[in-house]
Amino acid sequence: MMEAFLQRIASRLGRDVRTSVERPQWKHAPQQTVFQGYSEDELLDVLKNQCTRIHTTLIETNSAELHDTVEHVIHAHGGGPIIIANDERYEQVGLSSFLKREDVYVWDATRGRHNIEAAERANIGITWSDITLAESGTVVLLNNQNQGRTISFLPTTYVALIPKSTIVPRMTQAARLIREKMARGERVPSCINFITGPSNSADIEMNLVVGVHGPVKATYIVIIDR
Amino acid sequence: MAMKINMGEFHERVEKGIHNTFMRGAVAGAQERLRTRRLEAAEELGNWEEWRALGEEIRQHTLENLDYYLMQLSENVKKRGGHVFFAQTAEEANDYICRVVASKQAKKIVKSKSMVTEEIHMNAALEKLGCEVIETDLGEYILQVDDHDPPSHIVAPALHKNKEQIRDVFQEKLAYTKTEKPEELALHARHMLRHEYMTADVGITGCNFAIAESGSITLVTNEGNADLVTALPKTQITVMGMERIVPTFEEMEVLVSLLTRSAVGQKLTSYITVLTGPRDEGEVDGPEEFHLVIVDNGRSDILGTAFQPVLQCIRCAACVNVCPVYRHIGGHSYGSIYSGPIGAVLSPLLGGYDDYKELPYASTLCAACTEACPVKIPLHELLLKHRQTIVEREGKAPISEKLAMKAFGLGAASSLLYKLGSKVAPTAVHPFTVNDRISKGPGPLKAWTDIREFPAPEKERFRDWLKQRGNE
Repeated sequence: MMEAFLQRIASRLGRDVRTSVERPQWKHAPQQTVFQGYSEDELLDVLKNQCTRIHTTLIETNSAELHDTVEHVIHAHGGGPIIIANDERYEQVGLSSFLKREDVYVWDATRGRHNIEAAERANIGITWSDITLAESGTVVLLNNQNQGRTISFLPTTYVALIPKSTIVPRMTQAARLIREKMARGERVPSCINFITGPSNSADIEMNLVVGVHGPVKATYIVIIDR
Repeated sequence: MAMKINMGEFHERVEKGIHNTFMRGAVAGAQERLRTRRLEAAEELGNWEEWRALGEEIRQHTLENLDYYLMQLSENVKKRGGHVFFAQTAEEANDYICRVVASKQAKKIVKSKSMVTEEIHMNAALEKLGCEVIETDLGEYILQVDDHDPPSHIVAPALHKNKEQIRDVFQEKLAYTKTEKPEELALHARHMLRHEYMTADVGITGCNFAIAESGSITLVTNEGNADLVTALPKTQITVMGMERIVPTFEEMEVLVSLLTRSAVGQKLTSYITVLTGPRDEGEVDGPEEFHLVIVDNGRSDILGTAFQPVLQCIRCAACVNVCPVYRHIGGHSYGSIYSGPIGAVLSPLLGGYDDYKELPYASTLCAACTEACPVKIPLHELLLKHRQTIVEREGKAPISEKLAMKAFGLGAASSLLYKLGSKVAPTAVHPFTVNDRISKGPGPLKAWTDIREFPAPEKERFRDWLKQRGNE
């Protein structure tokens, strides 16, 4: 079935089926020069500027003040319930006490569908950004069994924790990083999210409505010494 | 809904479109906004032409080696535990999808926006099986709730409806009690659909770009609906037109950048999601089973012909947003889910000339579409090519171009006739002329003046004026 399908394509193209193709060196590469040579601070400025255009609040903080900042953001969005990934980075930045809050649910793969119900009930979902794209204001999530997909989609408010060192110019660098992981034999995550602000739609008379199926609000917390 | 939308003959559809004042206003406004946003997004990059050249290069290379990349994709999807089905026709695709759905004894299906599933008439096949198929894209949902009103724009399907109409539909069908404010309407849809995601048996999506090297599919949305469609139900079926593929993540990235900028002027939309296989072991959300259906349905017939570049299309609708003809007649006039310049090229190829022979004439050949296309499809040249084919096939053009050209030829070929004609013209149309404009023209002018004014002929002819000037 596949053979006949591919054979038909090949014969329309006037040749035999190809079993190997060299990926060409493209003649143009405009994506490589966007924000080329920008320092971390300059990239952070680009990110900050972009956030004003995607209905997203960006807050800068450092490791020492991170706990207070997170508490403040939670409070500002009406408190819990909160759902977060089971992520070692919380401990690394000294947020262990935060994990013990009564209204915080930590994703636990052994509890199966219960996690999704917790996400559906949650007011706030929090995840760490693995790669952050300055140009578009995007956080990249390499999800896994300790970080369910629904954490970033079912709660009303989405919060991303962004170590400053994860900021790269644009999606180009993220694509390359993922390919490098593949080349090292790492498994591509079953779900990679590129999230840029809250959910929205302009389907009714081209009026922008922020908050449709996914989160209604989004906040990015950038940790400048990480 | 199949690719063809049954709304009468071409002229009737156009007639209806042209007299739909709201729709024309909405379309003009949307075009203006989307076009401006696209131009701003392109300008911001500074080297848009280089981006377009790269987009074209990637798409051409992929099409030239399509068999190889599809094979690579298929192998990599299977490696990750997914199932792949190659469907030569719409029927084969629907049969397979129905078999999967039946084997799960599924009753409720949630779906994110997909043009190819519309093209193959998938919803009807599933409904025949006794399933409920729920569209989750807000625009598609509105149309579905309104007794399957056809989409009129590739990216903004409910563009032709105003908020009062949507409110009325929601009130009638969804027990909606609030106002016509878009925020309130959207919130209601959010509540209605949340429940559907949580209880659906199967999720069905289209595919913006499949990635051959990793066996992944990429979904581009602003609403986040595709993410819930693929995170919650136990079974996921993704349907893709066979040309919607790129070699690696790096080409996907470039084409997504071109797509979101060209479609809505965004650097990236809110959600770009790359899915590889079903959920991994130990994961809780995401599907247990993943099926990829790769659809030909007439596409291979386009390969190797002069029309091959149309398969470069990434469905951004930039061409639709600049088309002066679409602006006036709206999406439904095209009689196809693919409207605007891309629809006028693609619909006759996928649906045949019998149904779509007028579409290549629904163009002024102004080439704005070609200029807007982020992957450099020579759309207006392909429209012209269609016209040539149609004339060769039928011996005549479906629109009375031939008659008009013949009359002009006759009049212009004889200098005496031409002189006479241009001389009597002002007198002949005088009874129809008000303030040098003709708004209710006689005979052949009627079709034109039904929808716009025609300037009255100058009282003084150019040739008389020139002669006079020479004497001065």
